[in-house]
Amino acid sequence: MGHKNESDGLDIPNRIHARPVFRPGSLIAGVIVAFLAVMLGYGMITNDNFDWPIVWKYLFNEHVLNGIGWTLVLTVTSMLIAIVLAVLLAVMRKSVNPVLRGVSWFWIWFFRGTPIYTQLVFWGLFSVLIPTISLGIPFTHLNFWSMSTEQLNKFISPGFLAAMLGLALNESAYLAEIVRAGLEAVDPGQSEAAEALGMPRTMIMRRVVLPQAMRIIVPPTGNEVISMLKTTSLVSAVPFSLEIQFATNAIANRIYKPIPLLMVACFWYLVITSILMVAQSWIERYFGKGFNEGSNGPAAGDGDAKEEKPAAKVAEGNEGGTAFLGLNA
Amino acid sequence: MNDMTTNDSNTQATTEQQGSESVAQTPVDNATVPAVKATQVHKAFGSLHVLKGIDMTVMPGTVTVILGPSGSGKSTFLRLINQLETLTGGSIEVDGELIGYKHVNHGGKDELQTLNDKEIAEQREKLGMVFQRFNLFPHRTVLENVMEAPVHVAKVPKAKAKEEAMKELERVGMADRADYYPMQLSGGQQQRVAIARALAMNPKIMLFDEPTSALDPELVGEVLGVMRSLADAGITMIVVTHEIGFAREVGDQIVFMDGGVVVEHGGPEIIDHPQEPRFKDFLSHVL
Repeated sequence: MGHKNESDGLDIPNRIHARPVFRPGSLIAGVIVAFLAVMLGYGMITNDNFDWPIVWKYLFNEHVLNGIGWTLVLTVTSMLIAIVLAVLLAVMRKSVNPVLRGVSWFWIWFFRGTPIYTQLVFWGLFSVLIPTISLGIPFTHLNFWSMSTEQLNKFISPGFLAAMLGLALNESAYLAEIVRAGLEAVDPGQSEAAEALGMPRTMIMRRVVLPQAMRIIVPPTGNEVISMLKTTSLVSAVPFSLEIQFATNAIANRIYKPIPLLMVACFWYLVITSILMVAQSWIERYFGKGFNEGSNGPAAGDGDAKEEKPAAKVAEGNEGGTAFLGLNA
Repeated sequence: MNDMTTNDSNTQATTEQQGSESVAQTPVDNATVPAVKATQVHKAFGSLHVLKGIDMTVMPGTVTVILGPSGSGKSTFLRLINQLETLTGGSIEVDGELIGYKHVNHGGKDELQTLNDKEIAEQREKLGMVFQRFNLFPHRTVLENVMEAPVHVAKVPKAKAKEEAMKELERVGMADRADYYPMQLSGGQQQRVAIARALAMNPKIMLFDEPTSALDPELVGEVLGVMRSLADAGITMIVVTHEIGFAREVGDQIVFMDGGVVVEHGGPEIIDHPQEPRFKDFLSHVL
């Protein structure tokens, strides 16, 4: 009766309408969890210590917005540097040259093996360690150009360079392993086919291997970007004092209200993270090209790819096809 | 088929040039320069001795079919010709030119010098290769797969490369699938595209490494059909396969390899009248 009204629109005369299995456990668990969630939400709204009016007051505060800007700049710049370094390190790691392999291994070993906080403190002391940077011929007294690191530091914003480098170098070690895993996941037959076509090694990497590795690299890298966004809250170790965690903390100390300002920071971190997640899914779709189309028909065509027709049938009614029919006979 | 004849005459013109280069004396009839000449080829992977002195001559315009049980070194031999592996001993000449090495005068002594990546890439342009697992680039459409090497290696302008790519696709009956991604195609269709991709670089010799072994039985015919048409068009081919029927029908030269040596070779008639017991035994299992 009315079997055509099903949502799939298919005409199945003997469609089964059976009662589902009754699962009391899942029902009880659902009720308990929903109750706990409501309790938590109610608590958050009614608990005066959250000081929601203060949260609203400072949500769009000038220092807070400024802090978001610096957090984003730090995240983006250090991530970009890290990505470039990571690709370099991953390619070096697979190199035939033992020096390149060794340096890459050591780099990853060092930056992955020490805490980011320690590294940031260390970079903060960079100007103590190396007071001047100069351009000249090593091991001689010839100098073309020099600048004190203190000067360089002030040129942008105090602590910014150290914070950016600290985050980037640390991140590069993790990303390098992700990139390496991506490169290794590409079928070696791909490189062989490209080699057989006469492509040089760098072109094979750029046009064949990397684009396919990206499909594997992007999801964990999205994770790393989000992780990087939050790690920027540690750069007070340098110290760099303009990003959002430091900015909200400074306001909190001034008005003696730490909790509402933590909520402000959480709110903005969540907003940015959500935007990043959307961006990630776009990028994943782009690099999934050729892997996701399985059921969606051709890239630009008539959309009948789903039904696998035998070649001879496909060939009917077009010139190339008829020629092929002849070949097969 | 018409453009095929043009290709072929181009090929022969170049063959003549190179023939006169490598053999310095009187101009040689180009038919006498073998497309591939292997002399006492040895290959070892570590302590595993895979090829133990292979001699083989493939004349231009002929089809050589290499038969043999798995592990006999057939594929390795094919990969050596295309320099996907390096020789351990012996020499291979493609179109009269030594591959992988060149002779240099080192302090008055004649020595072998390994070719650099660019020189190897140039030598590979003469060879087209079709793999068992197709190895199409999954992130590029059928048309992009075929255009890839002409545009980026041979630097053919895009419009012209596209036109030629479509011709090659028509030749293998895949023109109507130009905008599909490889994963949307059946195995047989993918292999036909792979053949078109190799042909797009106008190679002098096509190497087929078990082109139908990864296909469902009902798809084998369409790929063999395309290969047959290439043979009819006079393309030099070396085919490693288990398709005895194809070997008998299309092969000009049949080579049976086992245990890293050539056990028996000759015209297609040797399939029906094998002399060596090992070849007889192999055929009785395959046929």
